[in-house]
Amino acid sequence: MSKTTSVELGGIGQAVKRKEDSRFIQGKGRYVEDFYLPGMVYGAFVRSPFAHARVKQIDTSAAMKVPGVLAVITAKELHGVKLAWMPTLAGDTQAVLADEKVLFQSQEVAFVVAESQYQAADGVAAVEVDYEELPVVIDPFKALEPNAPILRTDKKDQKSNRIFHWEVGDKKATEDAFRKAGVVISQKTHYQRCHPAPMETCGCVVDHNPATGHTDIYMTSQAPHAHRTVFALVAGHAGLVEHKTRVIAPDIGGGFGNKVPVYPGYVLAAVASVILGRPCKWIESRSENIQSTGFARDYHTTTELAATKEGRLLGLRVKTVADHGAFNAHANPSKWPAGLFSICTGSYDIPAADVQVDAVYTNKAPGGVAYRCSFRVTEASYIIERAMDSLARELKMDPTELRRKNFVRADQFPYATCLGWEYDSGDYHKAMQVALDAIGYDALRKEQAEKRKKGELMGIGISSFTEIVGAGPRSKFDILGLSMNDGVEIRVHPTGTVLARTGVKSQGQGHETTFAQIIAEELGIPESNITLEEGDTDTAPYGLGTYASRSTPVAGAATALAARRIREKAKKIAAYLLEASEQDIEWKDYQFQVKGVPGKAKTMAEVAFAAYTNPPPGMETGLETSYYYDPPNLTYPFGTYVCVLDIDSKTGEFKIRRFVAVDDCGTIINPMVVDGQIHGGLTEGFAIATMQEIRFDEQGNCLNGSFMDYLLPTAVETPRWELGKTVTPSPHHPIGAKGVGESPNVGSPAAFVNAFVDALSHLGVKNIDMPVTPWKIWRILREKGVA
Amino acid sequence: MIPQAFDYHAPKTLAEAVGLLARFGDDAKALSGGQSLIPLMKLRFAGPAHLVDINGIPGLDYLQEEGSTLKIGALVRQAQLEQSPVVKAKFPLLADAVRMIADPQVRNRGTLAGNLAHGDPANDQPAVMLALGAQVVIAGSKGERTLPIDKFFIGTLTTALNAGELVKEILVPIPPANSGGAYYKIERRVGDFAIVAVGSQVTLDKSGNCQKVGIGLTNAGPTPIKATKAEAFLTGKAPSEANLTEAGRLAAEMSDPASDTRAPADYKKAMVQELTIRTLRTAVARAKGGAA
Repeated sequence: MSKTTSVELGGIGQAVKRKEDSRFIQGKGRYVEDFYLPGMVYGAFVRSPFAHARVKQIDTSAAMKVPGVLAVITAKELHGVKLAWMPTLAGDTQAVLADEKVLFQSQEVAFVVAESQYQAADGVAAVEVDYEELPVVIDPFKALEPNAPILRTDKKDQKSNRIFHWEVGDKKATEDAFRKAGVVISQKTHYQRCHPAPMETCGCVVDHNPATGHTDIYMTSQAPHAHRTVFALVAGHAGLVEHKTRVIAPDIGGGFGNKVPVYPGYVLAAVASVILGRPCKWIESRSENIQSTGFARDYHTTTELAATKEGRLLGLRVKTVADHGAFNAHANPSKWPAGLFSICTGSYDIPAADVQVDAVYTNKAPGGVAYRCSFRVTEASYIIERAMDSLARELKMDPTELRRKNFVRADQFPYATCLGWEYDSGDYHKAMQVALDAIGYDALRKEQAEKRKKGELMGIGISSFTEIVGAGPRSKFDILGLSMNDGVEIRVHPTGTVLARTGVKSQGQGHETTFAQIIAEELGIPESNITLEEGDTDTAPYGLGTYASRSTPVAGAATALAARRIREKAKKIAAYLLEASEQDIEWKDYQFQVKGVPGKAKTMAEVAFAAYTNPPPGMETGLETSYYYDPPNLTYPFGTYVCVLDIDSKTGEFKIRRFVAVDDCGTIINPMVVDGQIHGGLTEGFAIATMQEIRFDEQGNCLNGSFMDYLLPTAVETPRWELGKTVTPSPHHPIGAKGVGESPNVGSPAAFVNAFVDALSHLGVKNIDMPVTPWKIWRILREKGVA
Repeated sequence: MIPQAFDYHAPKTLAEAVGLLARFGDDAKALSGGQSLIPLMKLRFAGPAHLVDINGIPGLDYLQEEGSTLKIGALVRQAQLEQSPVVKAKFPLLADAVRMIADPQVRNRGTLAGNLAHGDPANDQPAVMLALGAQVVIAGSKGERTLPIDKFFIGTLTTALNAGELVKEILVPIPPANSGGAYYKIERRVGDFAIVAVGSQVTLDKSGNCQKVGIGLTNAGPTPIKATKAEAFLTGKAPSEANLTEAGRLAAEMSDPASDTRAPADYKKAMVQELTIRTLRTAVARAKGGAA
């Protein structure tokens, strides 16, 4: 009998083609917009043109006369069903429709339901709203001033615009560190407000059956189970009880954190369906998505580092003012108001740190979602990597040397940070060296020195990031009390093929392929014989969904452990079939063999058939199981990115010459999928670093609320990515995997900005806030007398 | 992103089209490529009661050399210009510019005539046509008239077209030998409107001096701008670095950009200067037969 190999199975480590791609490439995917139910009606929002105003009157009479308009819902009607306000995932309250006043431009004011999308749009145009403008608060620092108008007048106990003050670390030890430091730097940065802008906007179709009381909700949900539970908690009284509510997240065109929060549109489509007894569809336009749904970042931070004159880090002090917008609707685990921002000691062995975050209400759209990052990790990685470059400059030391000096060493793992995390594994020196070798670092520095003599501008930027993903252990991580654990169910059919279901939900990550590969590896069944289903709460086991790079660390672990449970039972069946004792059976070459008797073996398919036809006496029929995984720790992917760029000194235009990304995500399940994830995340990082910012004017008007002004990079300007890797498995994950989806978005912005600043550092430039644009560079060059 | 209701007309002849436009006056809009009008309608910034779709009118998509003129019909798409051997061989300025207009999908639909008729200073073709000294043939119910392009742009989104008129064709003089042109566009991202752009066209005389100079500025003021002061300065002079620099300064002086989401005004003005110098340099090199 020839040996089965991992290559044949499409097991772990194989670059198997993605199962999902054939349907996506051929236009055969099925997205929410593709669902057309009999009798379906359409909802559309009337939105506020003002950032802060009292809603004096809403006149719906003209709208009700528009042909096809069936209903116009306002806060008044929602009060009638006790749904005018809803809780946010952050434990705040949010107006489903503006209740007495609007707090940001584009806020939902009324919901028009009509027979067609065209009629709904005409109905929206016919609703007349009488506003009385109120003073607008846009600057979060001004929002904190004592005389600032208090925005959340709906909250009785709210005496200022501060949402929370959060601090972690050891103030005294940090003060001591700064006192005895030989060198101290302070760096102010703004990680600008950006938006995940997934290719598919948010939307849903809600189908409430008045006869049965069942409600089907087709929606763009990164967390179908969590959303159903939220619906039941919020709208159970209105009929959305959990056992009669089915959330179906079909194919999703990207989420990036944008599809984690619950939006008013979901609630209103449900209300409309209940009121009318007909299915109701609500689909956002692109501008609605950018202007009103979960934004990301918007952290104004001062980062201070204390070090010895030799460049040994002694302390870190971080103060952030976080602009959360009108409602605190960020999506963080309950116990972590600033998410995992305390990962901001990064890849470095820092003895003391003091981190403070103040979150503030302003007249902007709510959010603060984890845009392709694990809860404020991007913000954390950005500030430490930018500050390390500033310190290196202050010390007149090469930034790679400073990093090398302060990296947590490979022999220090597991490493406890001064802010309470336990890094599972890593080799930061190695990852950086691989990246520097790949790009030819020393030669580039020589070239740069020569170019500077000629007045040419070239920059080299490094970012050696450490991620923290896979939330998380239930002792520390919950969302609205729900443990952040994930379930997986596996059924092996009699013919040896498999159906597996998980509580997470792919939005492009490739779970159908990679999770099948985990099962293939564990059970010796070809991945092509394994189907993976996600997204239907009636069939999938419970789980908290896909975001924060948690699927592979949590659901991936559950998948491996569920498969191992299958294998335990299968082993007993194999022993029975092989007429051997269980102790004499070993799992070798992906089948059960009798030890020492080559050729006496049973495949998993043979065992599966026996499980349904001929199980051992006394054993239950069948071969299926489930597993709920509570991770013992988070995982800590890491890597080093190096960016080289050239700047036109007359126009400020730039070209990314090279970008090398060395990632370590532990065990790699599918190298092609990992490469794809890194390409996508780097492209987002590039966009954030050079193009994207949601900006407002003084009146709170959103200045770039469409793709005309909120830019996505195209293939033309996107740099060519050069990827490298090291592999340091996670010691506590069943297959050693750490997760990778977010590393490139977390690690890359600092590499770009460090390169820009490096190109101009000889002119005394220490910081340029993102997005770094030609005109910002030109202004600096003009100021310095170069352009 | 759903427009107001409107009546749709699909005339089969030019006469029928101008008849409809005359009949509905300001309530009507002519639709050719639709790359500016349709987005405005979907945003409900424009709400014409009548849409006169001229795409079904035969014989308006000609792109032909006639004597010393290139005649471009109203329905010639940007993609047609991009792929035209005549444009590539004789109009390096237009060839440079047309491939930088939006993206291939837009260029497949959008027309040169529509790009001009929209009257948007951010569009690329107005500056190109100003630099090339084109003429616009306008059809109306009372007949045709021909207008030099520098008389065509009146204000932001306003042209010399009266209600009931449309652009029938554009006449572009074919540059003589010893001519060259270039377009340089600074954009936030490919496919975007210009932060600013400059198009320059130069004909050199036998001694290598500038015999004829055309300079057009994109997105550098409330209307497309013909940098006449810079043109006049350089005409008859040698294309020395010093003279090109002075031309750049004069072009910038004529520009009147506004700060917007693309960039602040000071940057735009400085770039008009720099890009004028750069495009003139390339235009001169091309006029001399250089590869650049």
